[in-house]
Amino acid sequence: MIGAITAGLFGTGVAASTNSYESIATVTVGAGGSSSITFSSIPSTYKHLQIRAMEAYSGTGFNPKVTFNSDTGANYSWHYVLGNGSAASASAAASQSFMYINSNVAFPIPTVHIIDILDYSNTNKNKTMRTLDGFDTNGSGSGGYAVLWSGAWYNTAAINTITIANGTFAQYSSFALYGIKG
Amino acid sequence: MAAGSTYTPIATTTLGSAAASYTFSSIPSTYTDLVLVVAGTTSVNGEAILMQYNGDTATNYSFTYLYGTGSAAASGRQSSRAYAALNWGTAFSSTEQSNAIVSIQNYANSTTYKTCIARNNNPNGSSLAGTEAIVSLWRSTAAINSILVKSGSGNMNAGFTLTLYGIQAA
Repeated sequence: MIGAITAGLFGTGVAASTNSYESIATVTVGAGGSSSITFSSIPSTYKHLQIRAMEAYSGTGFNPKVTFNSDTGANYSWHYVLGNGSAASASAAASQSFMYINSNVAFPIPTVHIIDILDYSNTNKNKTMRTLDGFDTNGSGSGGYAVLWSGAWYNTAAINTITIANGTFAQYSSFALYGIKG
Repeated sequence: MAAGSTYTPIATTTLGSAAASYTFSSIPSTYTDLVLVVAGTTSVNGEAILMQYNGDTATNYSFTYLYGTGSAAASGRQSSRAYAALNWGTAFSSTEQSNAIVSIQNYANSTTYKTCIARNNNPNGSSLAGTEAIVSLWRSTAAINSILVKSGSGNMNAGFTLTLYGIQAA
């Protein structure tokens, strides 16, 4: 059965650290896949967040969409510069209801993402994120992409929830959220 | 759930003399991701830094890259190669410090192929100066327990640094 996965953080403490990079929560998709990945109740005690993911689709391929604090209004924009193995291209969109990350492929080939969300708990500024992601298929299908993304959320609220959704993430897809102290 | 510090150095080296390759072996499987940071110069001006996992020298690797040279952006692909690459559209210099940071994600799982993604910066001095993002595939489901890093056709010069980190998710 396809479900949605939420990694809640209620009642969890942060262990004493010896450095500034800490694991907050991890979601690994089980049998049947998942239609969305949600990190909720994200503590505001870090300076920046990073999501490191390895994922693939189940069924039909799609571009994962990222939203903050369950805001589905037209409050986002995004840009990308992309290499598809033969040419570089770029695009952008304003007044969007989400921010994209790169399209995915089917296992056993994973797409990987490194998403940085900067100053996520600062209530004096809108929020920006950047993503480095891509995949390679050894020339089959689309062949692969290497992509640099930027995204903006036009809201000064502290980010406490991150949702990544669109199609169905396949079993074994894994999303790990980390906090970086300032 | 929150688990405290998790970005840990596994091994590091500074080459005392020029070397064609360096191997990180017996990599523990206890982390989620690996991050390799390399920096330095190469004996060949316009060099690629390459990787092989678990001693696999067969043509089980491929990569797609996006790069900018300062005047244009471009993309390319190499399929069925005998190595993954930390750079290809741009290149390491024999005179100026270049660097690359590569993330090898979920390296220890035995279900999926392995994909790594790198960013590199190669300043003036190389015949192929610029900046690049490059994603490489290894078509094997084996857990990665060793990484050989090598210079494409020459040596990594003395002073070249290679540091391997492990990131452990909750």
